[in-house]
Amino acid sequence: MARTILKGKVHKFGDDISTDLIIPGRYARLRSNPPELAKHVLEDADPNFVNKVKPGDFVVGGSNFGQGSSREHAPLVIKMSGVSAILAKSVARIFFRNAINQGVPVLICDTGKINDGDELEIDLLAGTIKDLTNGAVLTSGKMPQVMVNILNEGGLIPYIKKHGDLKL
Amino acid sequence: MGKTLAEKLLSAKSGAGARAGDIVISKVDFAFVQDTTGPLTLRQFREGGFPKPSSPKTCAIFMDHAAPSPNREQANDHLFLRKFAEETGCQLFEVGQGVCHQIVAEQFACPGDVIIGADSHTVTGGALGAFATGMGSSDVAIAMALGKNWFRVPETFSINVTGRFPKAVGVKDLILYLIGKIGADGANYKALEFTGPAVDRMTVSQRLTIANMAVEAGAKVGLFPSDEVTRAYLEAQGRGAKYQLLQPDTDAAYEKVIEINVDRLVPMVAKPHTVDNTATAAELKGTRIQQVFIGTCTNGRLEDLAMAARILKGKQKHHGVRLLIAPASHAVLEAALRAGYIRTLIRAGAIILPAGCAACLGVHQGVLGDGEACLSTANRNFKGRMGNPDSFIYLASPATAAASALTGEITDPREVL
Ligand code: SF4
Repeated sequence: MARTILKGKVHKFGDDISTDLIIPGRYARLRSNPPELAKHVLEDADPNFVNKVKPGDFVVGGSNFGQGSSREHAPLVIKMSGVSAILAKSVARIFFRNAINQGVPVLICDTGKINDGDELEIDLLAGTIKDLTNGAVLTSGKMPQVMVNILNEGGLIPYIKKHGDLKL
Repeated sequence: MGKTLAEKLLSAKSGAGARAGDIVISKVDFAFVQDTTGPLTLRQFREGGFPKPSSPKTCAIFMDHAAPSPNREQANDHLFLRKFAEETGCQLFEVGQGVCHQIVAEQFACPGDVIIGADSHTVTGGALGAFATGMGSSDVAIAMALGKNWFRVPETFSINVTGRFPKAVGVKDLILYLIGKIGADGANYKALEFTGPAVDRMTVSQRLTIANMAVEAGAKVGLFPSDEVTRAYLEAQGRGAKYQLLQPDTDAAYEKVIEINVDRLVPMVAKPHTVDNTATAAELKGTRIQQVFIGTCTNGRLEDLAMAARILKGKQKHHGVRLLIAPASHAVLEAALRAGYIRTLIRAGAIILPAGCAACLGVHQGVLGDGEACLSTANRNFKGRMGNPDSFIYLASPATAAASALTGEITDPREVL
């Protein structure tokens, strides 16, 4: 893992943010052109997101974040926008794996305490999230060790390139 | 303590005594991609430094989502996929052969298999007793390369279905009812296991519809035990030798048991923009629609087209509605032609689209205009799903869809049958 302490600003979204909202199917023609595709990240949830987001910022959702299709382009374009971690109350299963496989940390915590525009400081190793704006301190649920190992190598493909095999 | 179907399947393929909550590495019997997730998957595969899949014959590429291609970029993606198949010996299913999940059911999935696909509706294969689940590109790439992947053994909800479906009510109404009851993330990370006398009586086609939508409750798999219905289906597909009996143990441990009696079930509809936003068709009477879409991996099979043809026979669709029909596979199209359903549907004013995903995902063949509403037999009604975030998608059964095509508004099929 490149960095274990992350700092940035919150972009808050609601519940049930689907992969169609993250990167709509109508842009499927751009899927082999990730830089162009990334210009439409979260467009249907917040058309202005792509202009506001700064490197290191956080995408914060409610429950069932990333529901829907298996398109790994969803976490990929979030990563390409510069977002350093995704936080949500709960995350859809396939999206969770895809984000980790793309090397994007996902923290499951009570995001109801976090507001749009807040500054956060996240300690990935300890799993703690400090909201520097309102003083709230949250802890995130534990990931299975295999996911921690994949995240530590920056994603699944880098992991396999380094280890040559998948082991528990 | 006995085992659930999920525990049994993953125990057998991992060689470990898999229990809910365990993480295991399991053999993958079949891995596939489709044309919108395939290019990234195969690039990840190459980036991982693998020359060829460990077993090319159990890897497949399906051209179904944007097929025939609506634009130059996706035509080029198709070229890339064809070239990869040619170079590696992976199986290739061309434009017009049908939706990946339907072809997997017809030609590959069997009880006991572990199947992963770069498409969330890979869960469809659970109807045949396969541990079939969707994953992203990186995961499918390494499964193709190594013939295995890691799995968290899911806890299981047992869904016990009793009773008999009333006239014009069916499995789509059942699964919409269940999702409305437990919520779009009500079974997140879990296995749904369907059993009971009503399940025993279901055809494979009906089981496929239910398994297909397990993911709309967040589930990792939607599993059915195998039985004589499964055996007969596999035999009819020329794969009888692949049959094995697969049942959960009677003392298996379930996280939850949900009982549903279908005797009084009514036609259900999911309203925009989430699948758990359900109402009865009767409650939505009067809701105008401009398009009806019958097809997809959820409801594009012969039985579905038969139901639509039965309702539309000798009648005309409403003049304000575009009625789009896409058979789920070429085999379905041929069977529907032989049975006369296609002629009936065309005479009623339907447009027959190529076998494939068609209008389902908003890339072609039926994108909605601003403010328009579509009643679809698909599995997802998310905002923007059919290509326009300013449109509205209602989900329902083929019977409700056909009845609504006649009236131009959401209609309880019991009114016309
Ligand atoms: S028919 Fe629709 S849901 Fe099924 S695989 Fe195609 S796009 Fe996905």
